[in-house]
Amino acid sequence: MDFMRRTLLKGAGAGGVVGALLAAGLLRPNQVFAAEWNAGAFEAKSIADALKAIGGAGTEGKDIQLKVPDIAENGAVVPIEVTVNLPNVQTISILVDKNPLPLVASFNFAAGTLPYVRVPIKMGETSNVRVVAKADGKTYSVAKEVKVTIGGCGG
Amino acid sequence: MQRREFLRLLAAAAAAGLPVASRDALAAKSPDALYRVPPYGNVHLLHITDCHAQLLPIHFREPQVNIGVGAAAGKPPHLVGEHLLKAFGIKPGTREAHAFTYLDFEQAARSYGKVGGFAHLATLVKRVRAQRPGALLLDGGDTWQGSATSLWTRGADMIEACKLLGVDIMTGHWEFTYGAERVKEAVDRELKDSIEFLAQNVKTADFNDPVFPPYTLRDMNGVKLAVIGQAFPYTPIANPRYFVADWTFGIQDEEMQKVVNEVRAKGAQVVVVLSHNGMDVDLKMAGRVTGIDAILGGHTHDGMPAPSIVNNAGGQTLVINSGSNGKFLSVLDLDVRGGKLQGWRFKLLPVFSNLLPADADMEALIRRVRAPYEARLGEKLAVTEGLLYRRGNFNGTWDQLIVDALLEVKGADIAFSPGFRWGTTLLPGQAITFEHLMDQTAITYPYSTVTEMTGSRIKVILEDVCDNLFNPDPYLQQGGDMVRVGGLTYTCDPNAKMGARISDMRLRGKPIEADKTYKVAGWAPVAEGATGEPIWEVVAQWLRDRKTVAPRRLNLPRLAGVAGNPGIG
Repeated sequence: MDFMRRTLLKGAGAGGVVGALLAAGLLRPNQVFAAEWNAGAFEAKSIADALKAIGGAGTEGKDIQLKVPDIAENGAVVPIEVTVNLPNVQTISILVDKNPLPLVASFNFAAGTLPYVRVPIKMGETSNVRVVAKADGKTYSVAKEVKVTIGGCGG
Repeated sequence: MQRREFLRLLAAAAAAGLPVASRDALAAKSPDALYRVPPYGNVHLLHITDCHAQLLPIHFREPQVNIGVGAAAGKPPHLVGEHLLKAFGIKPGTREAHAFTYLDFEQAARSYGKVGGFAHLATLVKRVRAQRPGALLLDGGDTWQGSATSLWTRGADMIEACKLLGVDIMTGHWEFTYGAERVKEAVDRELKDSIEFLAQNVKTADFNDPVFPPYTLRDMNGVKLAVIGQAFPYTPIANPRYFVADWTFGIQDEEMQKVVNEVRAKGAQVVVVLSHNGMDVDLKMAGRVTGIDAILGGHTHDGMPAPSIVNNAGGQTLVINSGSNGKFLSVLDLDVRGGKLQGWRFKLLPVFSNLLPADADMEALIRRVRAPYEARLGEKLAVTEGLLYRRGNFNGTWDQLIVDALLEVKGADIAFSPGFRWGTTLLPGQAITFEHLMDQTAITYPYSTVTEMTGSRIKVILEDVCDNLFNPDPYLQQGGDMVRVGGLTYTCDPNAKMGARISDMRLRGKPIEADKTYKVAGWAPVAEGATGEPIWEVVAQWLRDRKTVAPRRLNLPRLAGVAGNPGIG
């Protein structure tokens, strides 16, 4: 599982590897989510409840680099890139304040894994995108607004 | 008479309110004086942008409303009419005043004649280049779209004309609306070995690989120069995404900084960006990215007589925007010595067609590319009794004509027309030909549509477009104007927050109801799979039925909170 786990985490960067493994039957969903699956957090319907369920937003994360587009080219596939420049990162969670289910993804990192995630997420409307990272038992977070627009009418 | 005395007389004449034509007769600034731009320094850049495929001379009325919000209020490019003249020290009633503003438009246009036209532009380019060995001609894009012939040849007529004009480097925006495949084909074959197409901010959506070279390094008179390309960042949002489904854009100013650092490390002594950001985005980028000497920009169609100088952590960056429709040629001379920029001179030259003889080779090329289409282009649809123009934040008479036609033909309650900034101007009494109509509508997604919309949906659309125009953060603006509206009246407060700018929406005097459904006509849908009669067919038939078109009554929103803004003329 160690090897599998590392592949899985790297896969989050390239995108699609997790899905491919699932489709190939190499991973069963319950294996992927194993012990860390936090159903309450993923089912929370407000940003406040979701944050509470993952243990709060913590303090401002100056060491979290969050790269998002200023305006989403496609609300259905908004690329989010996160790098956490802290030692011993345990989890990186991505939340969208105004999504019906705000917690979009939560990544658990084994010791020594590069705390980097690039993942496409879905957004229905202009909203803050929030990243909550846990490192060395402490919680940090950062947020940036991504504009989702109807489009057209330009130039 | 001494020149100085002459100018004093001219001022007196202007003050006395003499009509434009006679004032100009007094001024009689010779074409040689207008176009006398002594060379300076050792790096020479000529810049055109947003010609929108206008090969022939045209009229183009600059905006009467171009409101700046937040930090941009009252600053270039958000100055119109007399405010612009005052800010740049241009005498009212002169040729230059006509070139840069909407003032006395009809009369001035009749006095000074048409502007632009590639044959006349070619003469000016040759003249300016003759004094500037090694000069490069940069084209900011929106070159392959905006006319019937460019649409029907998928940009081929413009590519030929640009090669003959001597364009060295370009970037793009509307070019992409011919689809990724056509752009790649044009770049790989037709532009090969003559025009470099640069864009640091266009990458493949899957692995973020560059689609075009981000920059080019050139040696000019012993100086190493880098030109970086910046395509329109919001192409997949402002235009249909399906045309460039596999590519991703964005402003990418962190990437821009990396590219600047890279070219500096490679020995570039002077770095310029050829940009299609739009001027407000250029200004913000100039404040954030260091190491750029000048940004030569376009997209928002601002013809600025002088550069804006922006301070940043690394020094200063000049921001230049060179207008649209072939009306202007920018000339930027740089003095680069000891490995850095020591000084600069800039001039934005208006292209007055009757002051610049047509270049014979270009004239022949234009005649040749138009020949197969002349009969169709020349069809006289109607005669306009009023001035027809498009540019302005909220509406133009051309758009009013389009929404009037849509309302009638489609039997709709409300009609929308996109806030495009291209589209030429016709004077009262001019025939509206099919070509003129195509100058307003020639796009690759021209479908007219009729949609049932609730009042709340209409509000959401108006708020969304309004935020793309008036968000105080330029990085969240898309550079178009407000959607033009027929039937519906409303109040607009540009300084309000997103969702609170639009109020008092009414149809025939009655308030719009949030849950009620209205029949809304429009055109240029960005959704994939949209269909409908091309807008030019709808409007052409409406014009043919009329034969004469009375002056349009502009449906403008009531404005709130912007009294005294110098972006209102």
